[in-house]
Amino acid sequence: MEKTWNNKAWFFVLPVLVLVAFSAVIPLMTVVNYSVQDTFGNNQFFWAGTDWFTQILTSSRFHDALWRNLMFSAIVLAIEVPLGIIVALSMPKKGVWVSVCLVLMALPLLIPWNVVGTIWQIFARTDIGLLGYTVSNLGINYNYGQNPFDAWVTVVVMDVWHWTSLVVLLAYAGLVSIPDAYYQAAKIDGASRWAVFRYIQLPKMGRVLLIAILLRFMDSFMIYTEPFVVTGGGPGSSTTFLSIDLVKMAVGQFDLGPAAAMSLIYFLIILLLSWVFYTIMTNVGADATSKRSPQ
Amino acid sequence: MIDLSWMAWTWPTAIFFIVIFAMLAGMGAWEYLSPGGSPRTGILRFETTRGDRLFVSLLGSAFICLGWLWASELSLWYALIVCAAFVLLVFRTV
Amino acid sequence: MSAYEPSSHGEQRIPASSHSEAALGQRERAKTGHFRLKIFVPIFYILFLLIPIYWLISLSFKPNQEIVSGLTLWPQNFTLDNYRVIFNDPSWYETYYNSMLYVVMNMVISVAVALPAAYAFSRYRFLGDKHLFFWLLTNRMAPPAVFVLPFFQLYSAFGLIDTHFAVALAHCLFNVPLAVWILEGFMSGVPKEIDETAYIDGYSFPRFFGKIFMPLIASGIGVAAFFCFMFSWVELLIARTLTVTDAKPIAAAMTRTSSATGLDYGVLTAAGVLTIIPGAIVIWFVRNHIAKGFALGRV
Repeated sequence: MEKTWNNKAWFFVLPVLVLVAFSAVIPLMTVVNYSVQDTFGNNQFFWAGTDWFTQILTSSRFHDALWRNLMFSAIVLAIEVPLGIIVALSMPKKGVWVSVCLVLMALPLLIPWNVVGTIWQIFARTDIGLLGYTVSNLGINYNYGQNPFDAWVTVVVMDVWHWTSLVVLLAYAGLVSIPDAYYQAAKIDGASRWAVFRYIQLPKMGRVLLIAILLRFMDSFMIYTEPFVVTGGGPGSSTTFLSIDLVKMAVGQFDLGPAAAMSLIYFLIILLLSWVFYTIMTNVGADATSKRSPQ
Repeated sequence: MIDLSWMAWTWPTAIFFIVIFAMLAGMGAWEYLSPGGSPRTGILRFETTRGDRLFVSLLGSAFICLGWLWASELSLWYALIVCAAFVLLVFRTV
Repeated sequence: MSAYEPSSHGEQRIPASSHSEAALGQRERAKTGHFRLKIFVPIFYILFLLIPIYWLISLSFKPNQEIVSGLTLWPQNFTLDNYRVIFNDPSWYETYYNSMLYVVMNMVISVAVALPAAYAFSRYRFLGDKHLFFWLLTNRMAPPAVFVLPFFQLYSAFGLIDTHFAVALAHCLFNVPLAVWILEGFMSGVPKEIDETAYIDGYSFPRFFGKIFMPLIASGIGVAAFFCFMFSWVELLIARTLTVTDAKPIAAAMTRTSSATGLDYGVLTAAGVLTIIPGAIVIWFVRNHIAKGFALGRV
C-alpha cells in the first residue's frame, strides 16, 4: 500500500522514543564518558584519553573472546538452521498434533536463561546427570568442568536444545503459507522432492529464515547467562564469550574504564552487523516482492 | 534535583555528543526542507538516502579510529583526516 | 512501499488451514513409503527437548539423599518436601510473585506504547521513519551487558532501584522494539481501505482504533504480549542488576540454594520447575498463533 506522508505520526512514536531512549541513550552516553576516564570509585574520574581503547584492542584477552564468540555463533548457526529446517519440513501440517508439536517445541524458549543453564549443568554432570552419566558409562572420558572441549560441546548442545525451536517455528510459519496449488503444479510437472524444496519451499521460507538467522546470530553473539551458569566461562577461559568477559571486567574487577571501552567496541561490532543484516533483509525482501508483483 | 554526577561528563565527550545531535537535527531540518533524501544507487548496489550515507560514514569512521588505535602509535587526530576522506568518499560514491 | 516492511504487499494472505503438503505427501507415500518415516524426525527432536526437562522435574521430586547417592531414572522415594520448602518460605515465594509482577507490568507498558507507534510505522511516512525503526531494532540486537554497566547508577538516580517498575522499564529496552516490529507486521496485513472507510463513516481516530482496528489485529496483540512476556520472563542479567531484595526475581533467588554444605539440588530443581510452569501455560494460550508470531507477523 502507498503510505501517506504525515509528520504528525511522530506523536504516535514519541512514547516509544522516550521510553527506549531512557534505557538506551543515557546508559550509552555514560559508557562513552567512562571509556575515556579512569576511576577509583566515589564518582572521582580522571582523564585517560584513548588509552583504554588501545589497551582493549591490543589485548589478547579481547581477541580471544571475540574469536571464541564468532566461532560459537558460526557453530550454532551451522547446526540450528539446517536442523530447524529439517524438523519443520517433517512436521505434520494439519490436525491436533500440530498444536502439540508447537507447544512442546516452544517450551525451551520460555524457560529463564539461568534455569536453562541449571538444567544442563545438572543434566551433564557425570554423577547426578542423566547425560553425563550415560556418556561416561559409554567409556568416554567426559567432564565439562575440566576439559575445554567437553565444555564447548556441552554449551553448543545446550544452545541447540534452547534455540533450534525458534528456527523450526519460523521455518514452519513460512511453509504453511505456501498455497496448495504450488504443490499441485509440482506434482503435475513430476518434480522431485529436492526440486520442490529448492524451488518452492526454500524461496518461500527465505524471508523468515533471514529473520531466524538474524535473531540467532545476534542472540548467540550476546550470550551470557546460560554458559555462565554451566561453566562460569571456564575451564580456564575456554568458554568466556564477549558478554561474560565484559561482565567479569565490569562487575568482578570493577574496571569501569576498560569495561566501557570494551562495551563500545562490542556495540560498534553489533551495530555494523545489524546494519548489514538489516540492509540485506530489506533489500532481498524488496527485490523478491517486486519480482513477484510489479506494482 | 536529580544527581547526575555519576554520568561523569567531560568536555570532549560532551562536544562529541553535541556534534552528533547537531548532525541529527541538521539532517532532520534538511529532510524537512527537501523530503525524500535524494535516493540513489551507488557502488553498494542498493538504494541509499543521505541519512544512510551519513550513518555509513559515521560507522565507518568509528571503525577507522579503532583500527588506527590498534595499528598505530600516532595521535588519533591523524585518523580524523582519514575519516574525513572516507566521509567524502561515501557521500560521493555510495 | 517502505524498506522496513518488504512483505506487506504483492502476496495473498491465505489462512494457514487452507493449504498443505497433502498432495505431495500422497504421491510420496505411494512411491516410497517414505512419508511415515518422516514423522520420526519431530518425535526424536521433541524427545531431545523433553528429556532434560524430565530430568529437572524428576530431581525435584527426589529427596537430596537420593539425588546424590546414585542415579535413579524416576523418584524412588517420591517427596514434595522440596516444594514445601519454597511455599512455606516468604523469601522464596515472594520472588515468584516479584517476577510475575514486573513481567506483567512490562507486558502492559510495552504493548500500550508499541500499538500507536506500530500504527504510525505501518500507515504513514514521516521524518526519519526508517532510521528510527532501525535504531529501535538495534536496541533489540545490542547485548544487555553493554547497557548494564551504568544501569545501577541510572536507576538509583531516579530512586527506582529495587522496585518492580525499574525492571519493567528496563526490559522495555528490548521488548518495545520487538513489540513494534511484530505489531507493524500484523498491521500491515490490514488493508488501508478499512481505515479510510471508517473515517468516511464518521469514526473518530480513538473510536476507530478501539472498536474496529484493535479487534482486527487481536491475534497480533496477543502474540506481541506473548513475546514481551517471554523475553521479560527469561531475562536475568538486567533484573538481577536492578534488584536487591524487594523485587528480586525467582531466577536470581535460585543462587541461594548453594551453601556451605553444598548445593541443595532438590530445592534448586523445584524452583526451576516452578519457573517453567507460567511459560508452559502461556504457550498453550497462543498455540494457534505461535508460528506466525515467531515470524513477527511477516508470513
